[in-house]
Amino acid sequence: MSKSLRVAYGEALVKLGDENKKIVVFDADLANATQTSIFKKAHPDRFFDMGIAETNMICAATGFSYAGYIPFCSTFALFGAGRAYEQIRNSVCYANANVKFGFSHSGLSVGEDGGSHQSIEDIALMRVLPNMTVLVPCDPKETEKAVYEASKIVGPVYIRVARPVCEDVTNDDTPFVVGKANVLKEGEDICFISCGLMIPIALKAAAYLNTKGISVKVINMHTIKPIDKDIILESASKCKAIVSIEEHSIIGGLGSAIAEVLAGKSNCKFAMVGINDKFGQSGTPNDLFEHYGLTEKNIVDVAIGLL
Amino acid sequence: MNNIQKAKEIRRDIIESLYSAKSGHPGGSLSCVEILIALYYYVMNINPTNPKDPNRDRFVLSKGHACPALYAILADKGYFDKNELKSLRKFGSILQGHPDCKKTPGVDVNTGSLGQGASIAVGMAMAGKYEKSTYNIYALIGDGECDEGMIWEAAMAASHYKLDNLIFILDHNGLQIDGSNDEVMSIGNITKKFDSFGFECFEVDGHNVEEIVSALKKKTVDKPKFINCKTIKGKGVSFMENNAIWHGKAMNEEQYLDAHKEVM
Repeated sequence: MSKSLRVAYGEALVKLGDENKKIVVFDADLANATQTSIFKKAHPDRFFDMGIAETNMICAATGFSYAGYIPFCSTFALFGAGRAYEQIRNSVCYANANVKFGFSHSGLSVGEDGGSHQSIEDIALMRVLPNMTVLVPCDPKETEKAVYEASKIVGPVYIRVARPVCEDVTNDDTPFVVGKANVLKEGEDICFISCGLMIPIALKAAAYLNTKGISVKVINMHTIKPIDKDIILESASKCKAIVSIEEHSIIGGLGSAIAEVLAGKSNCKFAMVGINDKFGQSGTPNDLFEHYGLTEKNIVDVAIGLL
Repeated sequence: MNNIQKAKEIRRDIIESLYSAKSGHPGGSLSCVEILIALYYYVMNINPTNPKDPNRDRFVLSKGHACPALYAILADKGYFDKNELKSLRKFGSILQGHPDCKKTPGVDVNTGSLGQGASIAVGMAMAGKYEKSTYNIYALIGDGECDEGMIWEAAMAASHYKLDNLIFILDHNGLQIDGSNDEVMSIGNITKKFDSFGFECFEVDGHNVEEIVSALKKKTVDKPKFINCKTIKGKGVSFMENNAIWHGKAMNEEQYLDAHKEVM
């Protein structure tokens, strides 16, 4: 059943918390939005509201982790990855502290709250940090798996959680191995590499191109860091072109991570679909995806332009 | 133990390691020596042969730039060989320019970016409360550091979660990098501020070990503790005392020899 990634995140925390008593959850007065409220209800003694003080939340969670616990911190992506960036860098990543970040309301899909709340740079900010693992789940099942995998990694993990209800792409049996991308569809002419909410749109664009006789491979790059270099280079050697597709600035995100792998190793044509160095604004997620080119049509146009 | 003699030895180690490093922060290291002596020799339950003993008291040097003082104390307590002090700030050293818990035995927390240590201490105290453990968390903060909003976020949380296992100790030497607190950013009646944030507050002479120990040993119930230690920046080296220039300045040879004479 379709649900939002944030609800899937909250439910996964409850389940994980049932099984692992070392799981504790921190929020910054957004529990009802990030859906950690579900965890609060199930495990009130292991839930800590730190008030509207994200920087303090991150460092307090770090201190808590030193007693052998696994804290998951939640807030909006912008106020976590953005406002508390330096705390995540110095207190968590520099010390390789065992703190997890499940930041919600990422990307343009926040919608009506507008540009001040739409984090279009969080992947860039988080993936540049040594010791950090960066996961971008695309649907509820993958979100649950990301939460579980994050708890097994010793060290910081960032899980990018989107706000809207979204389509199911994966199921219980779909593998989720950190650092190993999933091929959703095989193809030879062009390869789409995407993540998060853009996956269903990338699949639609691929289906349309198929009707025009263009065969498209679609990869779900759920782990941005460590990125699956092998599948990128293999796809670059077999396909004529690669297009990265993400709900994030094209500067520093998935596309940049792919470009870093391709640089000096491949002559494969490459283009990025993402937010083109602009801030967001108010509107429905659909309005915004349309305006910023995160659409099936734009992906098709970019792909055809490359071939 | 003769506290005056011990303080002199620690100051000598600080001066020698800073001269060897050719950089670092003398002023704020020299001002907190007696505070660290009170903690490490009289109050904290620690075990240098098992630095990660889960029942130990924890110390967070939130004003991380004063680490030469902490390193001198840790070496004296036997966490590592005293000869390491000469490697301060050098490539490959276990003694980084700011505390690094991955490299230095006895250092519990990475600090250096001001404000963060206080918040980490809050989280450590929350975990202690959650586990119903008996250990205490001691965090040493600076007066310049109180400019950081995080200190007040941490203070609010400490009070909200009734962290009576948390002690904030202020090294109130009155100076920060650009001048005095009052010139740069007035912190006003800092004890009153912590009092209004819900702390049990004490004011002591920060160079009197007995006074500090007595305040540290006072129990509080459901309230975090704040100890305002009035100190002198650069204490023990006359030309550094009360002089903001010595916050983070290297000594030349002549200055080193002069300083060394005073701490012998």
